[in-house]
Amino acid sequence: MRRSKTMELGVGLFMLAGILGLLFLGLRVSGLTFGVPEDTFRLEANFANIGSLKPRARVTMAGVTVGRVAAIELDREWYDARVVLELNAELEDQLPRDTTASILTAGLLGEQYIGLSVGGDPEMLGNGDTIRDTQSAIVLEELIQQFVSNMVND
Amino acid sequence: MMEHLRGLGRRSCDVLEALGRSGLFLGQSMLGIPSREGWSLWLSQMHFVGVLSLAIVLVSGLFIGMVLALQGYTILVDFGAEQALGQMVALSLLRELSPVVAALLFAGRAGSALTAEIGLMKATEQLTSMEMIGVDPLRRVVAPRLWAGFVALPLLTVGFSVVGIYGGYLVGVEWLGVFEGSYWSNMQASVGFIEDIGNGLVKSLVFALVVTWIAVFQGYDLVPTSEGISRATTRTVVYSSLAVLGLDFVLTALMFGGFS
Repeated sequence: MRRSKTMELGVGLFMLAGILGLLFLGLRVSGLTFGVPEDTFRLEANFANIGSLKPRARVTMAGVTVGRVAAIELDREWYDARVVLELNAELEDQLPRDTTASILTAGLLGEQYIGLSVGGDPEMLGNGDTIRDTQSAIVLEELIQQFVSNMVND
Repeated sequence: MMEHLRGLGRRSCDVLEALGRSGLFLGQSMLGIPSREGWSLWLSQMHFVGVLSLAIVLVSGLFIGMVLALQGYTILVDFGAEQALGQMVALSLLRELSPVVAALLFAGRAGSALTAEIGLMKATEQLTSMEMIGVDPLRRVVAPRLWAGFVALPLLTVGFSVVGIYGGYLVGVEWLGVFEGSYWSNMQASVGFIEDIGNGLVKSLVFALVVTWIAVFQGYDLVPTSEGISRATTRTVVYSSLAVLGLDFVLTALMFGGFS
C-alpha cells in the first residue's frame, strides 16, 4: 500500500486533533487545573446531622468558595459526624474562634455545601482546630414532622 | 424430535466454535510483533478508518449536541433550571451518547468496509496467495486494521464530544439565550475528569475493540462467494450494533450503577 505525504499529514493532524480535543474536555468541560495544589490548612467541625453532604463539597464564606470538604467520618465518641475542612492558607489564623459552620443547600434541589460566618472572638482558629459552633443540615422529613406535631398541639 | 435436538446441538457447537476461532484470531493478530513495515500499513488504515470517518462523526456530533440542547432546554425551562443545560448536554454526551453513537457510526462507515475488503481478498484468494509466498495475512492484513480501529475510535469519540458540546453551546447560548457563564460553570462543576471523561474513553476503547474485531473476523471467516461477502457485511453491522448497545448497558451499570 502506498503511503503519501498527505496521508501521513492527515493522520498526524487527526491524532493531534484528538489529543487537543481531550485537553479541551479536561480543561474547559471538567474544569481540571494543572497547578500545584494550593496551600491549605485543616479545620474540623462536628455536626449532629450532615444531611447529604459529600466529600469535595464547597466551603464558602459570604458566597465565595474558600475551600472544600476533605473527609467525613463518624465520631465514635459523640456519635455525630466529624467533617474535616480544607481551607485556603490565607485564612489561617484569620478566622475568629467563634466562627459558625452551617450546612446549606444550593437552591431547592441543589447540592449541599458548608457556609462559614465569622464571629467576633479576638482569638483565631489555627491548623487542626475545631469549629465549635455548627448548624446541622435541614432534613425535610424532620421539618415536616415538627410542623405536623405543632399542628396537633395547637 | 431427535432431529431438532441434534440441530440445536449442531448450532450451539457452531457458535462455540466460531467464538473460539475468533478469540484465537484476535490473539494471533494483536500479539504479532509489528515490523517497520507494519507501521506504514497501520498509517494507511488509520487514514481510512480514522481521518475519512471524521466528517460523518463530527457532523453527527454537532447535530446531536444541538438537538440535546434544544430538547433539554424545553424541559428544563419548565422547572426554571435552564442554567443546568451545559451540565445536561456535557454529561449525556460524555457518558453515553459520544461513545455509543460514534461506535455505531464507525461500525457502519468503517466496519462494513473492512469486512468487504478482507472478504474480497479472501474470495479472490489473495489471502491464500500471501500464505503461499510466506507472508502471514493475519499480521499483514488484519493486525494493522485492528490496531487502526482501536486507536481511531476513541479519538473520534473525543471529537464527537467536543463538537457536540459546542453544538449545545450554539443552540443553548447563542440561540435560546441561556447565560454563557452558567453554561460553562455548571458544566465544570459537575463533570469529573476521571469519572466522566475517563469512563467515556474506557467505553469507547471497549467498543473500538469489539467493533473492529467483529468486522475483521467476519471478513476473514466468510464464505468466499459474492453472496457470502454481502451476508458478512450485513452481519458486521448488525452484530457490532447489538454488541455496542448491549455492552453499553453492562459498562454503564458497572461504572455509574454504584455496585462496587
